[in-house]
Amino acid sequence: MTVPDRPRISLLGTTAILFEAPGTFDLSHQRRIWALAATASKWPGIREAIPGITNLMLTFETPPRAVDSLVSALSDGWNNAQGLAIEGREIALPVTYGGEIGASLQTVADYTGLSIDDIVSIHAAPLYTVFALGSHPGYCYLGGMDPRIAIPRRQTPLQRCEGGSVSIGGSQTGVSASPGPSGWHAIGHTSWTFFDPSWLTPAALAPGDTIRFKIDRVIR
Amino acid sequence: MIEILSVLGPASVQDLGRFDQYRFGVGTSGAMDDIALRAGNILLANDENAAGIEIPMTPFKLRFGRDMAFALTGADAGADIGGRAIPPWWRSQARAGDVLTLKAMTRGARSYLTVGGGVDVPLVLGSRSTQLRGELGGLHGRSLQPGDVLPCAAPDPSACIGELGTEPADIALARPNAPTDVTVVRVVIAGEYDMYDGAAQDLFWRSDWKVTPQSNRYGYRLQGAAVMPIAPIEKRSHGIVPGVVQIPPNGQPIIQMRDAQTSGGYPKIATVIAADLWRIGQTGLGGRLRFEQISYPDALAAQDEVSAYLDRLRVNVGRLGEFRKCR
Repeated sequence: MTVPDRPRISLLGTTAILFEAPGTFDLSHQRRIWALAATASKWPGIREAIPGITNLMLTFETPPRAVDSLVSALSDGWNNAQGLAIEGREIALPVTYGGEIGASLQTVADYTGLSIDDIVSIHAAPLYTVFALGSHPGYCYLGGMDPRIAIPRRQTPLQRCEGGSVSIGGSQTGVSASPGPSGWHAIGHTSWTFFDPSWLTPAALAPGDTIRFKIDRVIR
Repeated sequence: MIEILSVLGPASVQDLGRFDQYRFGVGTSGAMDDIALRAGNILLANDENAAGIEIPMTPFKLRFGRDMAFALTGADAGADIGGRAIPPWWRSQARAGDVLTLKAMTRGARSYLTVGGGVDVPLVLGSRSTQLRGELGGLHGRSLQPGDVLPCAAPDPSACIGELGTEPADIALARPNAPTDVTVVRVVIAGEYDMYDGAAQDLFWRSDWKVTPQSNRYGYRLQGAAVMPIAPIEKRSHGIVPGVVQIPPNGQPIIQMRDAQTSGGYPKIATVIAADLWRIGQTGLGGRLRFEQISYPDALAAQDEVSAYLDRLRVNVGRLGEFRKCR
């Protein structure tokens, strides 16, 4: 993992700007990102403030003529951000580890040198916090994974990964809300509805909610 | 209404896109060539965000269920109605029962059919665009199939429906000294550009990148000499937008397109400017792409050029409408 030692601010063309916080991937940094997002979403010319994993993307309603003032506002905003503690709800998700969908369980075992049982119990142990939504509709990035089961993303992303896949990418883990391409390693699957456009809020979970994985089955 | 008679490949209903749902993980979708969609809507005096049909492959055939004005923009697809050729970037009038056929694309990669009043599928999360991954928007959140019937809004009765054409965007917005066999797109460098050494950066700029068959509305996967960073880069997931050029560990760039994921973690070397995204949408499989670096202010200027082209079109269509008061 390439960890910046100071904030990195970069442009995404004329569409958005990206703020990447320095420091570790943990809940206290993420709470400051949530606070910065709440502030920045009210700035003029900003369409949406979208938290990532210890980073924040601002999309432009209208691209600013110059970005200097936005860059300073982001730096100052980060320095002044007090952690925003969100008290979310907790859900339990039964997971089938391994099997056809979770075939990369073996890959993770080979890479880490751990047994399949160890990986499953290490993965299912923590209470994970939803750090951010992104990737595809309803998908949650989770914080709290044990770094012992981290594995680099795929060399070449897969064209299709199943909906409900429980996957690891780098030091992150998450559950696919629908089928689609993915550069992560699927170690299991679950069935749960994460997204429905007819709901008042289309995503079932929000940053600050927590997930506990329950070991339903392990297919070796 | 419109009935789809035959379709090859993933044709879909698209408007300009869904721009404010990123925080739920919902990407923009929207027309791969937004300029062609806007131009079609301007020709018809529609709202520019009215939905049309994006047609990425031929042959394609549909039947008009009632008299209606329509326009064809984007790729030149050899269109006709009962043997009467419809030129590209042209609006015309269809009669109930007329069958429109798009025979073969000779220039460009996506044609757009717009109709007076727009394709009237329900708004989902603020847009009519089909979001394939989320299976929402468009017609039942999926690509069009033979037998599909698309509702069309009632057109503005005062809108002029005489035959009218306009200069295609690829001619009006042609880059000076542009090569004929390579699509050149302008990019602003992105966050991880400096993590590639001079030789790797040179490869990125100088290569003619081949558009592989794994290229679609999600992204364009390119093929060429591998662009490798100084050291492996593994980033935390962060927001990305259409146009972001990622370099996965295999060194082969991927340009994120309209159905891209809203976030990712592969290193970003550059971002194709919004004003040039349509050029990629009009580059077909097997085509070649080259990247050209520009500054942020120049990227804004490029956007102004696009706006000026659309403004001219709007003025011309408006003037002609007043002159002719057709019918």
